[in-house]
Amino acid sequence: MKLNKLLTGATLALGLATGALADGHEKTKVGFVYVGPVGDGGWTYEHNQGRLAVEEHFGDAVETVFVESVPEGPDAERVMTQMALQGADLIFTTSFGYMDQTINVAGKFPDVKFEHATGYKQADNVSVYSARFYEGRAVQGHIAGHMTESNVIGYIASFPIPEVIRGINAAYLHAKEVNPDVEFKIVWAYTWFDPAKEAEAASVLIEQGADVILQHTDSTAPQAAAQAAGNVVTFGQASDMAEFGPFPRVSSIIDNWSPYYIARTQAVIDGTWESTNTWDGIAPGMVEIGDITDAVPAEVKASAEAMIASMEAGDYHPFTGPINKQDGSAWLADGEVADDGTLAGMNFYVEGLSGDIPQ
Amino acid sequence: MITLEKRPQPSRIWSLATPLLAVLLTMICGGLLFAALGKNPFETIRTIFLDPLFSEFAWFYRPQLLIKGAPLVLIAIGLSFGFRAGIWNIGAEGQYIVGAICGAAVGLAFYPTESFIIFPLMIIAGILGGTLWAMIPGILKVKFGTNEILVSLMLVYVAEQLMASMALGALRNPDGMGFPGSRNLSQYPSAANLEIISGSGMHWGVVTALIAVIFAYIALSRHIFGFNVRLAGQSPRAAKFAGVNPTAMILICMGLSGGLAGAAGLFEVAGPAGQISIDFNVGYGFTAIIVAFLGRLHPVGILLAGGLMALTYIGGEIAQSNLGLPLAAIQLMQGMLLFFLLAVDVLTNYAVRFGRRQVV
Repeated sequence: MKLNKLLTGATLALGLATGALADGHEKTKVGFVYVGPVGDGGWTYEHNQGRLAVEEHFGDAVETVFVESVPEGPDAERVMTQMALQGADLIFTTSFGYMDQTINVAGKFPDVKFEHATGYKQADNVSVYSARFYEGRAVQGHIAGHMTESNVIGYIASFPIPEVIRGINAAYLHAKEVNPDVEFKIVWAYTWFDPAKEAEAASVLIEQGADVILQHTDSTAPQAAAQAAGNVVTFGQASDMAEFGPFPRVSSIIDNWSPYYIARTQAVIDGTWESTNTWDGIAPGMVEIGDITDAVPAEVKASAEAMIASMEAGDYHPFTGPINKQDGSAWLADGEVADDGTLAGMNFYVEGLSGDIPQ
Repeated sequence: MITLEKRPQPSRIWSLATPLLAVLLTMICGGLLFAALGKNPFETIRTIFLDPLFSEFAWFYRPQLLIKGAPLVLIAIGLSFGFRAGIWNIGAEGQYIVGAICGAAVGLAFYPTESFIIFPLMIIAGILGGTLWAMIPGILKVKFGTNEILVSLMLVYVAEQLMASMALGALRNPDGMGFPGSRNLSQYPSAANLEIISGSGMHWGVVTALIAVIFAYIALSRHIFGFNVRLAGQSPRAAKFAGVNPTAMILICMGLSGGLAGAAGLFEVAGPAGQISIDFNVGYGFTAIIVAFLGRLHPVGILLAGGLMALTYIGGEIAQSNLGLPLAAIQLMQGMLLFFLLAVDVLTNYAVRFGRRQVV
């Protein structure tokens, strides 16, 4: 396509221009595209912490730029193109919905490296990376199953994509394990970040009797709603959300992107960057479990910590058979462990969950 | 003493000068805001208003202005007829969504057949989809006297749910590994709304928007329909005496705005967006209401207003990534622009007199 050539020509020209500037202050430029505002206190906040860590680690050798609250669509494509034009060497696109746009823009800028979070489309200059959040969900489910008295756990889900469904399944399996009577009520919010919608979803769930709220959306609004209700347990999502501890927030899943972002930036500087597919969990430190507060009984805290330790050691996988699918058909035999392929495309509930995945 | 004196007629000079004055005031106050945030105000203003047009990479940004502005102009032109006639279709966002769904569904039904007829069929389906969605509040209004503002607005949320269900169900890409979202229409040549001249940003939606501006101008200034629309808005009673059928007027205005919004949705889904996804809509239908009023419901004004809105969006993104300006500051500035436009509007209708009022 002609546009391709035009853009490639431009990048070449840009490469020459920056080359001519090589009088000692040539920096590696790293761009970040965010789906929410950096102050969301959750998902985007942690990606921005990763960006700040890159700045701190490399000092003057690296310059970072970011654009926040970028809608998943043509706007994202323009923002990425603009970053590439302005000389970015490495661009992190930090939402599932940026997948096709990342691939499109990467095709036009073969010399720029792209890293797409939580997607599945790779290219020569596009890596994908994600974290095994479901390991954290297993711990959450374990604590939630113990903490609930009404036996109703509310779950604010965002979009019915495999990552979210995986989280629901992992949390449910581990809540059920310690509390056979537990029931999950799931609300689909169809947003990653919308404090008003999230608060409303939390209130609806609380009205329906939920005394534990799990969220897969990025703001702290559900935490505030639970705090207002008084006796509802929550968990920090994507970020520690420690300001809501020790109660209602009794623990959290923290996404720690800093080591990965630093390593990938280093690879670009060294010229060793390659397209990779990274999916790290608790063991390498990409997923962290935030402080379990004293609101949780000591023996529950101990068993949760034992579970974390065994996942760290690689002894335990949250999806270990026997597990049936929702319709009762067998999925994993006794002792069998889920393979990454099935997990990556997970589009079914496990046995015991009620309701349907929206389609 | 400063007093305001109502002009016998709105001033022609001021009605042309106030938008410029508003932009100027926005630049000054925006500049102060940016300075307070520790940024160089001149550099920031230049980045937002001039860089998309004249910077080193303007060859990339100029086409983007067309892509961003076209749906705004197309929808706003449709809305302007209704707004002139006092028919308030607030749900263009929903009509935009349904147009996109219908158009995309037609395209996907033919996949992977290649034929020149597919894209025109999609356009028709998009227009029909938007029109029918707008007919719901229209018919409810003429039959039962319901309020079209509420009904059309509520139908936006219905349309959003419909869109989610389509992205997850009927229109989901069978090769998408269970992920939501349809096939990418822009990668399906017969259905793709590609640029007519590569690299120009000029896709069929832009062409349609320009044609709509011309037709709207002719209709409003040279045609009896435009006269009736204005009459119905200014004096419904007089319009009745002049033989304007209010029922037909409501249905035509709703249908027109719905149809153009549906077309805008189709051009977006087949081109820049490429696919039906859960969060396909980004608020064009609502922003177009602002554009319509910013352009004073005049076709040429709407064209300029759409361009200005697109400019602040794209310039705002550049300022974010190049100068590290927070998004909230950009949105504040966009808000200022609207605020000043409405505020200085008073000069069109009132004359400012300094000094004591003369006793007559």
